[in-house]
Amino acid sequence: MLESGELTVPDLVAGYISRIEQDNPDINAFTQWHKEESLERAHHIQRKIENGSAGPLAGVVLGVKEVFCQKGFPATCASKMLASYEAVYDATVVERLLAGDAIIIGRLNMDEFAMGSSNENSMYGPVRNPRNTSRVPGGSSGGSAAAVAAGMCHASLGSDTGGSVRQPASFCGVVGLKPSYGRVSRHGLIAYASSFDSVGAFGSTVHDASVILKAIAGRDDMDATSSTEPVPDYPALLDEVRPDITIGIPKEYFGDGLDPVIRDRVMLVAEKMEAKGAKLVDIRLPNLKYAIAAYYVLATAEASSNLARFDGIRYGHRADMKAVRARLKAEEAELTADGAADLSGLDTPMIRLYKQSRTEGFGPEVKRRIMLGTYVLSAGYYEAYYGKAQRIRRLIKQDFEQAFSKVDVIISPTAPTTAFELGSKVNDPLQMYLNDIYTISANLAGICGISIPAGDHSSDGMPIGVQFMANAFREPELLNAARLAEMVCGESADASSP
Amino acid sequence: MSVDTQFETVIGLEVHAQLLTESKAFAPVSNRFGSAPNTNVTPLCLGHPGTLPVPNENLIRYAVKLGLATNCKIRPKSIFARKNYFYPDMPKGYQISQFETPICYEGHMDIGLEDGSTKRIGITRIHMEEDAGKSIHDQDPHNTLIDLNRAGTPLLEIVSEPDIRSPQEAGAYMRKIWQIVRYLGVCDGNMEEGSLRCDANVSIRPAGQKEFNIRTEIKNLNSFRNVERALTYEVERQKELVLSGGSVIQQTLLWDPNEMRTRQMRSKEEAHDYRYFPEPDIPPVLVTDEMLEEIRLEIPELPEARRLRYISQFGLTDYDASVLTEDRPLADFFESILEQGASAKPAANLIITEIRRVLNEKGMAITTFPVGPERLAGLLALRGEDKISSSAMQTLLDAMVDAGPDSAASAGELAQEMNLLQVSDTGFLDPIVEEVLRNNPEEVKRYLGGKHGLIGFFIGQIMKKSQGKANPGMVRELVQKKITEFK
Repeated sequence: MLESGELTVPDLVAGYISRIEQDNPDINAFTQWHKEESLERAHHIQRKIENGSAGPLAGVVLGVKEVFCQKGFPATCASKMLASYEAVYDATVVERLLAGDAIIIGRLNMDEFAMGSSNENSMYGPVRNPRNTSRVPGGSSGGSAAAVAAGMCHASLGSDTGGSVRQPASFCGVVGLKPSYGRVSRHGLIAYASSFDSVGAFGSTVHDASVILKAIAGRDDMDATSSTEPVPDYPALLDEVRPDITIGIPKEYFGDGLDPVIRDRVMLVAEKMEAKGAKLVDIRLPNLKYAIAAYYVLATAEASSNLARFDGIRYGHRADMKAVRARLKAEEAELTADGAADLSGLDTPMIRLYKQSRTEGFGPEVKRRIMLGTYVLSAGYYEAYYGKAQRIRRLIKQDFEQAFSKVDVIISPTAPTTAFELGSKVNDPLQMYLNDIYTISANLAGICGISIPAGDHSSDGMPIGVQFMANAFREPELLNAARLAEMVCGESADASSP
Repeated sequence: MSVDTQFETVIGLEVHAQLLTESKAFAPVSNRFGSAPNTNVTPLCLGHPGTLPVPNENLIRYAVKLGLATNCKIRPKSIFARKNYFYPDMPKGYQISQFETPICYEGHMDIGLEDGSTKRIGITRIHMEEDAGKSIHDQDPHNTLIDLNRAGTPLLEIVSEPDIRSPQEAGAYMRKIWQIVRYLGVCDGNMEEGSLRCDANVSIRPAGQKEFNIRTEIKNLNSFRNVERALTYEVERQKELVLSGGSVIQQTLLWDPNEMRTRQMRSKEEAHDYRYFPEPDIPPVLVTDEMLEEIRLEIPELPEARRLRYISQFGLTDYDASVLTEDRPLADFFESILEQGASAKPAANLIITEIRRVLNEKGMAITTFPVGPERLAGLLALRGEDKISSSAMQTLLDAMVDAGPDSAASAGELAQEMNLLQVSDTGFLDPIVEEVLRNNPEEVKRYLGGKHGLIGFFIGQIMKKSQGKANPGMVRELVQKKITEFK
C-alpha cells in the first residue's frame, strides 16, 4: 500500500497516534508517545520513499519497551529509581531500527526492571490486556504485547529473560520472538540478568517478527557476547515454507498444571502440521523440573549485581540527604541516651544514603530478587545455590543438545494458562514464577523460541499461544515452523473450534 | 638471643600495575593520566544503564607478557569475575576482576640481595582487573569529590608468595617489578602518580616455626622507600606487641607517610563479602598457542640478561653494566649511542658520569635528554681522536644541553666555535714552547741535570699559555725535543 502511494507514512503514523490517544487510557501500554517527532519523521521518510532512497524499514512503526535506551528520551524501566533518568546514548537495536528508517512512535510499559509475568509491577500502573481489560497482558513486556494486539503500532521491541516476550505474546494473541542468546546486541538494553537477557520482537505475524529480527541481529562491537554468526535474510526464507520438518514433542511440557484445553490445542496444531508433511517425534527434556529453581538462583544473582549501579549517586533516585542526616542524628541521640558508648553499628551517612535511596527507588518484586540474588552469592552459600544451579543449567543445555540432534524444532504450550485476572497472583510470587515454566528453559540454554497465537480458549475466550523452540542460531528453522503453524491455524475459519 | 634473631619476618606483596594501554580496560576511551576530572569517561565508566564492558585486547596481551617475563604459567582459558561492593567511586557497584582463574599463575622472580646473592620469590598469580575512580576528600570542606577518569583503567595485580623475609627484600622485589614492567613497556612505574602501587601482608613468627602467624595488611605504599619504612615500622610494632605479651590481630592498616606510622582502617571499611561470580558480560578469555608465541617474540631482553651481555660483550664492569641496565630507557640510550659508532667503554663513562650528572642537575629523564645519540657519538669521537681534552668534553656537553634539542650543531662545530679544539700545529706551539723554556732557565737546568719529573711543570705552563688548546701529548714531545737545545 505504501509503495502504491495509496497510504502515506504520515497517514499511517497519524492513524496509530489516534488509536493510542483513544485506547491507551484503558490499556496503559504506552508510557509516552512522540506525536510531533514521529509525524515529522514520517514526512521525512515519505520523501525518501518517493525519491527511492528509503531504508528497508520505511513505513514500519514501532514501540519500544522502557528497558531500551534511546538518546534524549527517558529510560525508566518502569521504576521510580529511574523516573527522572534520560538515556545518553542509543541502544544498538534502536540505532539499527532508526538506520533502517523505522519510526519509533513511543515507549512501552513493562514490569519494573523486567521482573514480573503480569506487568503489574510498574510505576506507571498495570497494563491491561486489550482482549479483556480485567486481565493481565503477561509480562514483563506486557506493554509491547498489548500495543501490537491493540493496533497501536505495527511491531514492538521487548526483552525476554525468562519468557518476557513469549508469555505476553501468548496472553495477548500476537507473535513474540525470542532470538538465540548472542543473536542480537544487548548494548543499551538495561540489564536484568546478563546471561539470559535477549532482545525480542513482537508483531502480528511471523513475517513481521522476522523483518524486525533481520534489522536488529548481528555482531556489535559494543557487546562482547554478541555473535559473529552471519545473519540470514529471515523474511526471504519465509517465501517458501518447508513442511517436511521433524517436530519434537516433549512429554514433560504437557504434564500437571497445564490447562487441558491448551494441551489439546497445541497437540491439534502439531497434528495439522503433521498432516502437511511434518514428522512428530516424542522427546524427553528430563531436567525441566529444575529449570525454575535454577533460573531464580542464577538470574537473581546476576540481577543483584546488575542493579547495584542504581545507588542514587550519579543519576536516578536519591533520597533526601537532609532527612537522612536528621534520621542518623536522631538514632545517634537515642543510642547515647541509652548509655551506649559504641556507635560503630550506626551507618555512615554514605551507607545510609545508599540504603534509603534504594529502599525508596525499588518496588517490592525488585527488592525480593535483589535480596534473593545477594543471598545465593553470599560467602558459604555460593556452592549450594549458585554452583548447583550452574550445573543444572549445563544439564538443561545438554537435554536440548540431545533433543536437537533428533528434531528440527520443539513444540510446546507457551504458558500453562491463558491471561489471568489482574491482582489474582500478585500476592503469590511462586504461582507467578510458575507461569514461566515452559519458556524459562530456552533462556537457560541460550536457544531461540517463538510464541504464535493458536486461537482462543473455549471457556474464557482468551488467546492461546503455542511455542516453538529451535537450537541456538537456528532461527531459520524456528521461523519456518512458526510460519507453517501460522498457516495451519489460519486455515480453519475459527481456530478455536477446528 | 636478640630480638632480631628470635623472630622471622614473613611478607607477601600484592602489587598493582596500571597499564599503558591507549584505552581503558573495557571501554574505547583514553587512558591518560592528568586530564581534567571526569573527562576521560564514557557512559560505561559512569556506570550508565545498558552499557557493556568489552575487553581491550592489549589488557590480555600485557598480562600474558608480564606472566611470561616472570616465569608464570599462562591459562589457556580464564574468566573475568565480578567483585561486588558499594563505593561512590565504583560506578557499577562491582569491579571486574579475576577470581578463581587468574590468567597467569605459579611464576617466580629472582631478586638481588645486598650481599650479592640472589633469592627466588614465588609469584602466586597475576590477574587482570579494572581500577576504581578516585574519591577526593580534601578539596571541598563539606563534600567528597569523585573523579572517574581512572575508573576502568586496566590493572594487573601481581600477588607474591609469602617468600619475602625482610623489608629490604620487599624493597628489592618491588624495584625488580618496577624494572620489569618498564622493560616490557606495560606500565610507566610511576609510584607517585599511583600507576605502580602495593599492599603488603606481614606477619612474624618465632625463628624455625613452619606455620604462618596472624598477619596484618598495609595499604597505600606508594614509593620504594615507603614500602621499606612501613614494613620496618609494622614488623617492629608486631615484635613489641608479642614481646609485651599481646597478640597480633588480623586487620587492615593504612601507612601514613607524614606521621611515619600505620593506622587502622575503620573495621566497617574492611568488612566485605565480595560475592564474586563469573562476569556474564564477557566471554572467557582464550590464549592460543599462536598468540603465546607471538607475545613471547615481543618480549625484549630483560635487565638481567642485558646486564650479563654488557659485561661479556662490551667488557664493562659489573657496576657499570648494572647502572646502565637498571632502567630500560637508559640502556636503550646507551645502545643507540653505540649504533652511531661509539665504542662501549667511553660511551658508558659518558652516560654514567656526565649525562647522569646533567639529568640530576636538571631533574630530567633520559627520554627527554636534549642531545641525541648521533651528536653524542660525535662528541665521543672528538675525544677519542684526542682532538679535545676531557674537561673540554664536559664543557661541550653542557653547551650542547643548554642549546636544547633543536640545535643541530655537531660537537666538532661547537668545539671550533668555542675554541676548544686541541692544537697539534707545531707552527703555533713552537714559539710558546721556546718562550716557556727560555723564561724558566732554572727548571731547564735542573731537568737537564736529571730531574725529568719537571716535564709536567713545562707542559702545564704551555697548556696555560695556549689556553688549554694545546694537545698535551704533542707538547710533551716538543718539550723533550727542544730542551736539548738548551744544553
